[in-house]
Amino acid sequence: MTNQEKWIAFMTIVRREIHRFLRIWPQTLLPPVITIVLYFVIFGTLIGSRIGEMAGLPYIQFVAPGLIMMSVITNSYSNVVSSFFGSKFQRNIEELLVSPTPNWIILLGFVVGGMCRGLGVGLIVTVLSLYFADFSIHSLPITVGIVLMTSLMFSLAGLINAVFARNFDDISIIPTFVLTPLTYLGGVFYSIELLGEFWSKVSMINPVLYMVNAFRYGIAGISDINIVWAFSMVGLFSVLLFFVALNLLEKGSRLRS
Amino acid sequence: MQPALAISQLNKTYEGDFQALKGISLDVQPGDFFALLGPNGAGKSTTIGIICSLVLKTSGSVSIFGCDIDTDFSEAKQHVGVVPQEFNFNQFEKPFDILINQAGYFGIPREIAAERAEKYLRQLGLWDKSHVPSRTLSGGMKRRLMIARALIHEPKLLVLDEPTAGVDIELRRSMWDFLREINAQGTTIILTTHYLEEAESLCRNVAIIDHGQIVQNTSIRELLQQLNKELFVLDVRELLSDCPVIEGYPITLVDDHTLEVEVEKSQSINALFDALSSAGVHVLSMRNKTNRLEELFFDLVEKNLSGDKND
Ligand SMILES: Nc1ncnc2c1ncn2[C@@H]1O[C@H](COP(=O)(O)OP(=O)(O)O)[C@@H](O)[C@H]1O
Ligand SMILES: [Mg+2]
Repeated sequence: MTNQEKWIAFMTIVRREIHRFLRIWPQTLLPPVITIVLYFVIFGTLIGSRIGEMAGLPYIQFVAPGLIMMSVITNSYSNVVSSFFGSKFQRNIEELLVSPTPNWIILLGFVVGGMCRGLGVGLIVTVLSLYFADFSIHSLPITVGIVLMTSLMFSLAGLINAVFARNFDDISIIPTFVLTPLTYLGGVFYSIELLGEFWSKVSMINPVLYMVNAFRYGIAGISDINIVWAFSMVGLFSVLLFFVALNLLEKGSRLRS
Repeated sequence: MQPALAISQLNKTYEGDFQALKGISLDVQPGDFFALLGPNGAGKSTTIGIICSLVLKTSGSVSIFGCDIDTDFSEAKQHVGVVPQEFNFNQFEKPFDILINQAGYFGIPREIAAERAEKYLRQLGLWDKSHVPSRTLSGGMKRRLMIARALIHEPKLLVLDEPTAGVDIELRRSMWDFLREINAQGTTIILTTHYLEEAESLCRNVAIIDHGQIVQNTSIRELLQQLNKELFVLDVRELLSDCPVIEGYPITLVDDHTLEVEVEKSQSINALFDALSSAGVHVLSMRNKTNRLEELFFDLVEKNLSGDKND
């Protein structure tokens, strides 16, 4: 395939992915928006006013970046996991497997498709959050940079989950038992200063903590952790997951018999 | 000239140690209309799966118009279009989008893809269905959608895995006509089938596969001739030193009390006995000698008769 043909193949996958989540928007776009609005109302407005400040910020301004990040994470992940597993299940993944499209293009196509949903929902949620909290942006490059990398990383993770999945249960196990705890314990709702020394150390092995904090830093200029560290961690994880995912596709694991 | 398809010593062992292909070798020439004929479980779909890289081979080599599927996989895939046995498109997508996307995976720009999609959807009688979700199509339409999809990158080799299974007689004929036409325009076609009739009416050459092995690889005409003959073994009273010669009935001497005679199904056996009596040979007993091929065909025909009822 020439580079131009590869580009066409890539854009075809991305376009199809976007088309898919737009077509089924009541399942893909609406629920995260409703969830996030509920979070804002409950944690931000109702409870938040009683909590007062967290790490020197009004509570609603503290949780808003975390909630945005949470929706980017879950939407990037679930888009790729359900789209890729769905095409295994209906076997239309074979349309790609019989084509000359190289595996890395297939991988990037699905991942960028997942990022489009993750970032799209993130954007909607950000706009909505402006209704509840007013915040300015401390550093645009850091904010955009970390949100892009987070979305990339969780899209990759979603694809790996989908490759291994044999049934629909398998695609909800990781989100329920890994992703949700990681985000809830990842400093979305509280500053890790609140935890004792031991538990804040334990929190340091949670990648979501780095992303949420880097993002909050980009917006509000405060962070529990070192920003350079955060970027390096997320970058490293993404590279690792990229090669794991590519290797799975190259071997044809659970795709070719 | 490069063969359209060259398979050499192909083996496939599935997970769990089941050997589905046992050293298959096969050549198909450009322009041919070729049947891979065999009963269920013979290894037809496995072979097709390997050709279009949906199944990983255990050993052996496959090349398509001279392009090896391992070392030259991008080129090899450009040359082949496949219509699988099971439906494998997204039931929520529309036929038009399915075709445009498939073209995209082959690097074909959208404008060209749109033209071709219209052309093939029209040719296959699906144009008025091009913008409805494909799950609403009938079985025959779904099959034709997969044919259109396989042709969208205009491959030189079209491979169809049991294309007419579950398609009613009338549609089957029109599908045959369509396939004949694109073959006449130069596309090499390989189809798998377990209907002898289908192979007979469409194909020029045939390979018969059974239990993962090629049992026969010949032209359809030759095959039919072979099936039209019966071989009889005769035990005779006389001690024969020479083989009797009877016009129209090729005879071989097996041992000094046994003859083998080839009789075409249209020939009379009475005439054979008369001729033998006048030659002074007395037949004590006679039995029919079946070979593996005939047994296989008996199976194929039997199974089809019982299979058709639940189709
Ligand atoms: N994925 C698989 N895993 C294990 N065995 C398989 C698999 N696919 C096919 N087989 C076995 O391989 C044999 C050949 O199958 P197949 O190629 O589908 O035959 P055909 O298409 O001629 O009916 C069958 O016995 C089948 O059960
Ligand atoms: Mg089959």
